[in-house]
Amino acid sequence: MAILDILKYPDEALKQVSEPVELFDDQLQNFLVDLEETMWAGPGGVGIAAPQVGCFKRIAIVDVSSKPKIKHNGCMILINPEIKTWEGMKIGREGCMSVPDYTGNVIRAEKITLQACNAQGELIDYECTGYEARAVQHELDHLDGLLFLDRLVSRRTDLFKRKVYKK
Amino acid sequence: MNNWKMLTLVGQDQPGIVARITTALYEAGAQLGEASMMRLGGNFTIMLMVKSEQSIEELTQCLTPVVQDMNLTISFQSIEASLHQHEIPDSIITVYGADRSGIVAKTTTALLEAGYNITDLDSDVAGSEAEPIYIIQIEGIATQGMAAVEKAVEQIKADGVNVDLAPLDVMIG
Ligand SMILES: [Zn+2]
Repeated sequence: MAILDILKYPDEALKQVSEPVELFDDQLQNFLVDLEETMWAGPGGVGIAAPQVGCFKRIAIVDVSSKPKIKHNGCMILINPEIKTWEGMKIGREGCMSVPDYTGNVIRAEKITLQACNAQGELIDYECTGYEARAVQHELDHLDGLLFLDRLVSRRTDLFKRKVYKK
Repeated sequence: MNNWKMLTLVGQDQPGIVARITTALYEAGAQLGEASMMRLGGNFTIMLMVKSEQSIEELTQCLTPVVQDMNLTISFQSIEASLHQHEIPDSIITVYGADRSGIVAKTTTALLEAGYNITDLDSDVAGSEAEPIYIIQIEGIATQGMAAVEKAVEQIKADGVNVDLAPLDVMIG
């Protein structure tokens, strides 16, 4: 087990699109252990994506179970994940281990459904809402080379009020 | 050595203030830090961290052509400062009501007594001239716990204004 180094922007590697995982082998299992440990060592400890540690594979881990009073799916190992549906929109404040010392407002879907392989390569369906849905969308963005900086909206608060414009 | 200065600027809003001021500072070899710039009451205002080996007099001189041309008021002051010191707020408080004297003072005093550390505050007078309303948006950190802040919020509400306290759960991933 090891805590891996986190790539930090302006490292351009963070902007690349990651490749799907094809082999669910021992090497992958070992990597998942390290990735999860690295997530726990971070300041937020609720999510991490493989490209953040320089592995450009479509792998993310989200675990918001440490947050009080929210709905969650426990520790989700998300391999080759795909969001199937989006519902609602909400502004929330985000930060990123790859962008230290900055937080900003980002609009995310309030409720998503997704499909992803687990560590064994079995396809699992998830439904996520609120904070967990936000974390999943943030991590999956990393797999496409997107940072929350690419999605910043105004810090000025009139944007908070327009809850009505749903799609 | 800490060479940070805070530039404060105010002037009637007009196109080009930010571009011309920051260009003059850039050409003077100054480094810019964090800034807050906004329009207040038809004026444009700037608070800008500037790092430079040059003295306040020298920096002021660099800006003089722009300042005179655009009729701006500026001042620099030496500050003890450093970057990368952001504190993450844990809550947002919105206060609004009919404009009345003392609304900001009463609100912020109640919050202070509850150990609430304000990191960001925006206030606005909206509505009409006949019936102005006051809106305050505060972000901060409840250093003595949220329960104390909730109590303060009840106290502010008792004054007949609307107050909403919402936790700000920053997602770091
Ligand atoms: Zn991130």
